[in-house]
Amino acid sequence: MTNKVVLSGYVAALCCLTFAQTPSAQQSGPVNAQKSAAAPAPVHDLSGTWEPANGPKDGVQANGVKAMPSDGKPEHTPPFTPYGLKVFQSHKPLEGYTAVLPGYYNDPRDACDPLGFPRINFYSLRETQIMQNEYKIMIAYAYAETWRVIWTDGRTIKPVDGGVMMNGEFRESRWYGYSVGKWVDDTTFVNETWGTQPEDKVWLDTAGRPISDQLHVTEQFHRVNHDRLELTETIDDPKMYTKPWVAMNKFPMKLEDPHTDIEDMYCSPTEMQKYNQTIANPASGKTNE
Amino acid sequence: MRLKKIVTLTVGFLICSSVPLFAHHGNAAFDSGKKVTVKGTITEWNWGNPHCFIEMDVKGDDGQVVHWVVEATAAPSLIDIGITKRSFKPGDQITATMTPVKTHQPIGRVMDVVLPNGKTLYFGPEPGLNINRGNEEAELTKINKAAQAEE
Repeated sequence: MTNKVVLSGYVAALCCLTFAQTPSAQQSGPVNAQKSAAAPAPVHDLSGTWEPANGPKDGVQANGVKAMPSDGKPEHTPPFTPYGLKVFQSHKPLEGYTAVLPGYYNDPRDACDPLGFPRINFYSLRETQIMQNEYKIMIAYAYAETWRVIWTDGRTIKPVDGGVMMNGEFRESRWYGYSVGKWVDDTTFVNETWGTQPEDKVWLDTAGRPISDQLHVTEQFHRVNHDRLELTETIDDPKMYTKPWVAMNKFPMKLEDPHTDIEDMYCSPTEMQKYNQTIANPASGKTNE
Repeated sequence: MRLKKIVTLTVGFLICSSVPLFAHHGNAAFDSGKKVTVKGTITEWNWGNPHCFIEMDVKGDDGQVVHWVVEATAAPSLIDIGITKRSFKPGDQITATMTPVKTHQPIGRVMDVVLPNGKTLYFGPEPGLNINRGNEEAELTKINKAAQAEE
């Protein structure tokens, strides 16, 4: 039995592709009903609607990436290169130990720029829909109703200056990069991403950690059982960091009722302007322009 | 502006866990050691991002009206605790308790709001609520939905 699920919001962007939802996902009941006995993880299947297992706040990551919060502790300081440290110090985040007052930020998020990848995993990670077919895995995030594709069709991606070579063809760097992945065992999917935006357009996290267009991200999705998914993410950016480091370590997600309807969470320039004028600026002692 | 005339100002060290975790900005602008309570009339309930906020007029003992702005979390985070776009409307008489900003402007971050029906909406796990930290959204939702239930 196969149900065709058409994601109306993404149909145009995906050229009317439909994604087959697997029987295991169809059989998912409400979370409360699943707690008593989680079934084994299905083979090669990440599909479903997932949310942070420890509640919505766990995905907020207000102080920066989960495994390396910006609290000033040496053990939580990423291995900056001199240039990476300089870029970090030029950032004025609203969270973390270097936070500024709400009227004085320079976070591209607050200009309502796209978060980009991998920040989409490191800021307000809420309900996350994963769909897959034989060619790709698609992840639809709640924040800004953003989607990205991880190709599983065997194509090759090689980073080059300004973007990537995809199957030998140049493609320009973009907000959510270019991802290819594969199953390394029955329940573990690993993918790599290159070709994201340069440091003047994106931040790694809300604490202002930098990333550059030399970024290489390795993501691991491990479906521990039918109802549990763990996400691990490694940052490798030789321009900003002296060595790879883990930004998210086995972050737990739980399977949601497949009927779950997901709320809007947009950055609206109009709403942001009103917020800044009504609250952020006066709360910071700053005069509205 | 003489805030003392129009608010009840409680100085004390508030327990950090009483402050909801905000996704958009940290605590730098707020005077976390203080709590302010004001009673007035809602003029606007701004539903959106990065924060929802109540605007309200508060009349002081001297007859002067001060326009207060009471910041909450983003819309999806409020929905997670049972507070919606329909929870407030202009004209509602409410009492709002908040952490004020350090600049002494009539702005604060909401802790709770007493509704016109006398019941309280909680925006975070305040001390005394006995909220289970591992399940706070669900428990706050239960409390807040009960407060808004039509009798």
